[in-house]
Amino acid sequence: MTMLKAKHQRLVLVVIALVVLIGAGLLAAWGLRSEANYFYTPSQIVADPPEKTRLVRLGGMVQTGSIAQQADGVSIRFVVSDGEASMPVQFTGIVPDLFVENSGVVAEGRMGDGTFMAETLLAKHDENYVPRELQEMTEHQAQQVVAETTGGSPE
Amino acid sequence: MTAEIGLAALWMAAALCMLQFIAGALATRSEGNDIGALTRPAAIVQGLLALTAFACLLWLFAITDLSVKLVATNSHSEKPMIYKLTGAWGNHEGSMLLWVAVMALSGAAIGALEKRLPERTIQAVLAAQGAVGVGFYAFLIGSSNPFERLPSPAAQGAGLNPLLQDWGLAFHPPTLYIGYVGLSVAFSFVVGALITRQVNPDFARAMRPWVLGAWVFLTLGIAAGSWWAYYELGWGGWWFWDPVENASLMPWLAATALLHSVTVLAARDALRTWTVMLGVVAFSMSMLGTFIVRSGVLTSVHSFAVDPERGVFILILLALYIGGALALFAWRASSIAEGKRFAVASRETALVFNNIMLCAILGVVLLGTLYPLMAEAAGDRVSIGPPYFNPVSAVFALPMFAVMAVGPILRWRQDSARRISKGVIVLAAVGVVTALAGALLSDAGILPILGLAFAAVIAVAAVMPLYGRKLSRTPMATWGMVLAHFGVAVALFGMASESGFSKETLAAVSAGESAQIGPYEVTLEGVEPLAGPNWTALEARLSASDGGDAVILRPQSRTFVQPVQTTTESALLNRWDGQLYAVLGQAAGDGRWQLRLWWKPFVAMIWYGSLLIALGGILAAVGHIRRSRRRKALEVRLAEQEADLLLVRRQEEAMA
Repeated sequence: MTMLKAKHQRLVLVVIALVVLIGAGLLAAWGLRSEANYFYTPSQIVADPPEKTRLVRLGGMVQTGSIAQQADGVSIRFVVSDGEASMPVQFTGIVPDLFVENSGVVAEGRMGDGTFMAETLLAKHDENYVPRELQEMTEHQAQQVVAETTGGSPE
Repeated sequence: MTAEIGLAALWMAAALCMLQFIAGALATRSEGNDIGALTRPAAIVQGLLALTAFACLLWLFAITDLSVKLVATNSHSEKPMIYKLTGAWGNHEGSMLLWVAVMALSGAAIGALEKRLPERTIQAVLAAQGAVGVGFYAFLIGSSNPFERLPSPAAQGAGLNPLLQDWGLAFHPPTLYIGYVGLSVAFSFVVGALITRQVNPDFARAMRPWVLGAWVFLTLGIAAGSWWAYYELGWGGWWFWDPVENASLMPWLAATALLHSVTVLAARDALRTWTVMLGVVAFSMSMLGTFIVRSGVLTSVHSFAVDPERGVFILILLALYIGGALALFAWRASSIAEGKRFAVASRETALVFNNIMLCAILGVVLLGTLYPLMAEAAGDRVSIGPPYFNPVSAVFALPMFAVMAVGPILRWRQDSARRISKGVIVLAAVGVVTALAGALLSDAGILPILGLAFAAVIAVAAVMPLYGRKLSRTPMATWGMVLAHFGVAVALFGMASESGFSKETLAAVSAGESAQIGPYEVTLEGVEPLAGPNWTALEARLSASDGGDAVILRPQSRTFVQPVQTTTESALLNRWDGQLYAVLGQAAGDGRWQLRLWWKPFVAMIWYGSLLIALGGILAAVGHIRRSRRRKALEVRLAEQEADLLLVRRQEEAMA
């Protein structure tokens, strides 16, 4: 085994490190690009549904009166909407404590035949932490509530 | 009164920190003045004052002084004492005070104990430490004063998030913070050595205990956080690639790389520039971690933009310190002398390769964590999750594991492929057999099977450096390496087996009915209400049996009183070959209850492995410190002998 000259050794190390790090960057960029459309709103998922094998997230408001317990005792069906489009969701599992009608939810799962088959439900799980995707949803909801209360006249 | 004493101590500590910075900086500028002599005492007193401030905050929380805003918003008089105390750092202001206190205490430790480096270098190190400290004091006093009083005392505290009323989480943030701060000390050493042109093995040996210490605490902190997420959230997972988790993983990756390169510098005097660079990167990652966790940027970029004060402050500190360090690096890098050379087949090469792989993984995690934030700032919402992180980081992690197995049996400087060929063949055989067995006997995915194979290879490789050695004379630091590498194998085994072979079931059962999970039959005996000190709960009685005696499990659904919040308390059954994990869901309406059950084979190995890794780090640190003490004692004794000899000779001369 030969030893490289001192100057060459430093150069070779720097070049190798750069090549690997640039490679990592490119790989990461490619990975990010293919995962970038991981999050869907109901309008997006209706307009352009993802392939059935892909794991995606669907975020929106749980439509009032849409939560229905299934006979097996562990499944529920509900409808997620964003005011423009809506998508029925089926979920088998224990729902998060703060999963209620007319509040925001992010469902992770895959698209089925006309129904989104959720594997995980992310809801607000304490008063300080809100899943990032839900932040805008609740702000939007707050705005709506404000608009409704000031716009509506007492009957 | 206590609050005022605390605030006064904080201000005085800040002033001393400023003094430490200025005195140290002036000392490096001109030769022949002794203003630098101020730095050590300033550092020591600053440490004591910061400790006093933190003790005051603990006292305020202990007696629940509701006239202090921080206590009123985060505590409650009916909370158990231990959680009152841990609540002191379970919030933004308190945790920043903890950060500053730990940092000041490390400065004091350097001031009081570090004697190996030239005095000028120590002064420059303390100046750098002061420069970093001043920014944090300004942040603490200016925008997050923990001792602020309320105009009139609150009637009762607002409580503490019940999810945080937990042992695991109470000690998770301080552990991580100590790790972050340890990296800031390593950073100060790097800056001091750059300024005084002392990047050499002595510097590496003085810095190494701090790097090792920081790394041990980060390891324990990450493990504790993951354990907390595993059993407290009740989702059955142990790592979610959540930005907060990534914020702690990134400094750990950088510290792991730094730890190995500093060892090369200490032992072989190679990789000088690289080590300095990694010191800067590691501290940048701990600052970035603090920024991500403390700025509110995570909840939403928008909420960060609405109340940007804290985030912008940390961002400015980050830019100042990292920019300054990089500028210093660019300016002084050419003055760092060439280190010793090494051959392609040598332990140095293996360490360099893994350093680069660790940096690549760090880059992948960094991009994946920041990309959603940047996309959101640009008006686009994306989530980046396991489908990105798992495969992309595995591309670099798998070759790293392979080299990690071979590295320790290579010799320093130069080795031949032929000498280690026998060892490599054994390792390759172990790997191939495990992978084939895994592929043939199970239907697990490719990553879990590769994980199992590498776990087996690394476990065998970890003990190989002991082969042919006299065990009683093996240095403690070598034992540390063996233990830490073996810990990696154990943790990897746990991860692979959990992700490849877990079983999960969801059932709605009424009392007396049962569900099957893995080797266990779980029967619901009943659900009863229960009351605790500050919560009420529904508790299920489950009896689990694998054919032998039945064991009772009691998962709960807890509702806390103040603030009102429901949490699930999972129940675990520990067996040598895995864990049964049970969560109680909601009532299904018709008298049935939802139960979610997992059988997770060998999952506990993840945390046992992490403990072994940390223990290895502790052994290595103690070993290095003891060895340098012994070397010092030897030097002293030699000097004394020489002095005696001189004396005798003088007397002889006088007599003649």
